[in-house]
Amino acid sequence: MQANLIVAENLAAGYREKTVWRDANFAFGRGEFIAVIGPNGAGKTTLFRLLLGLQQPISGSVKIFDAPPKRGNPQIGYVPQRHIIDSDTNVECLELVRLGLSGKNWGFNPYSHKDRDAAYAALEGVGATELAHRPLGVLSGGELQRIFLAEALVSNPDILLLDEPLSNLDMRRETDLLHLVDGVVRKRGVTALLIAHNINPLLPHLDKVMYVANGRVATGKPSEVLTSERLTELYGIEVEVLRDPHGNVAIIGVEEHHGNMA
Amino acid sequence: MTFSPNLYADLQQMLHYEFMRNAFEAGTIISVIAGITGYFVVLRRSAFVAHAFSEIGFAGAAGAVLLGIPPITGLLLGSTLGALAIAALGRRAANRDTQIGIVLAFALGLGLLFISLYAGYASEAYSILFGEILGISSSAVLLTLIASAGILIAVGALYRPLLFASLDEDVAEAKGLPMLFLGTAFLVVVAVAVSFAVQITGVLLIFSLMVTPAATAQYLSRRPSTAIAISIGIALMATWVGLFVAFYTIYPVSFFITAIAFGLYLLVRGARLVIRPRKVNGQP
Repeated sequence: MQANLIVAENLAAGYREKTVWRDANFAFGRGEFIAVIGPNGAGKTTLFRLLLGLQQPISGSVKIFDAPPKRGNPQIGYVPQRHIIDSDTNVECLELVRLGLSGKNWGFNPYSHKDRDAAYAALEGVGATELAHRPLGVLSGGELQRIFLAEALVSNPDILLLDEPLSNLDMRRETDLLHLVDGVVRKRGVTALLIAHNINPLLPHLDKVMYVANGRVATGKPSEVLTSERLTELYGIEVEVLRDPHGNVAIIGVEEHHGNMA
Repeated sequence: MTFSPNLYADLQQMLHYEFMRNAFEAGTIISVIAGITGYFVVLRRSAFVAHAFSEIGFAGAAGAVLLGIPPITGLLLGSTLGALAIAALGRRAANRDTQIGIVLAFALGLGLLFISLYAGYASEAYSILFGEILGISSSAVLLTLIASAGILIAVGALYRPLLFASLDEDVAEAKGLPMLFLGTAFLVVVAVAVSFAVQITGVLLIFSLMVTPAATAQYLSRRPSTAIAISIGIALMATWVGLFVAFYTIYPVSFFITAIAFGLYLLVRGARLVIRPRKVNGQP
């Protein structure tokens, strides 16, 4: 049994004046694909900021490889929530991917061959070799997400944090990207956490789901977490989980409360 | 001065004068610096900030003239203080157009007051606002060279982290890059570059070397290092040809520098429209 990569115990997150969620306990092993789901403002991105060391826990502990998170951890690849790159940005994709590897190095070194090969390999890994010399500014949402994924993967991380990578994609691109992430998780043994709004397209790929709502976090296998009992307990209001014959779920009784979920 | 078809003889005649040699030397150094820093100014969309530095520098320069100290001292002081103030306001401060505009207007007004208190009112104001490349002394050239060497070293050291932070701020921050330090260092480098470039283009025409060449270069290469090289080349061309043409005409150098830089920009944009029509959504 492999030791867990990410372990949280009684973790509470938030800001000085406000706790966003508390009492979170979870453990993720190598090569797990985890969806992070929940209403807007529930604290999904806050979880990523904790793991990235950009924010400190209010109480409890979170550890990555048995150490507290620290900013600049090379074991984490991160794709932040982003909508567009300015359409005037006439810089080729290869350059951005390369910076994912060497952007921290001081000193002028326009092109080392090692960097370049690694950047090409990362682009190949996400099926975006043909985009290498295209300018960032003209890419479509799906193409851009693949470049960001390559940028995150180029340093060969153990953990991948993806903040709403599906938000601007149509259904086909969504499926493509999910297959890509799934492939990375399985082939490289990367642990991926993916924030999304809609759980259904993710269900076939997931090992675990993390439901963040109402100041609480529920974690486990989708079949365990996505039940009427569990979510009712979590939200503190009546929630019903319906399943159709294809395995899609619909969560009833939650959406209308988004506005006042804290 | 009479112009002859023999360009070599023309050059010899022109460089016979010390003020022209100084102008070429200072112009060359500044073009290199402006071409490099300009690339990052354009990439980070900080053009307005660069302009603000030059106008805050104007107040500094006018104050220096009033106190009888070299204008460049006042320029450096004014623009660097402006850079530190904007950096202290935080990460997104460089995009706060309104606040920067308010400070900029006041700085110009202050400069006007200082200049009007000084006896040589018109000529000093004119040269700070529109540049006086033909009046640069040998010692000013040396000072420009030293400052520019400092800028080159700084940009060389910052190059990749700055590029990363400019293209992908959030990931760069998560990777542990010191964003506040990078932002501050960049603004100070721009402030110093602007202060020296003002000697050539003047406060009001600073964009002709700090923005136009880099903006043109960005259309010509997708590789930052290549684009920077092209940006330097365009700035050099505008300065050299501008000086040459101005020497044989009665018109100001700054006009020719801006006109050449602008002409190249139009040419490149026009050529791109013809050669590579932009893809329309959904159509090949």
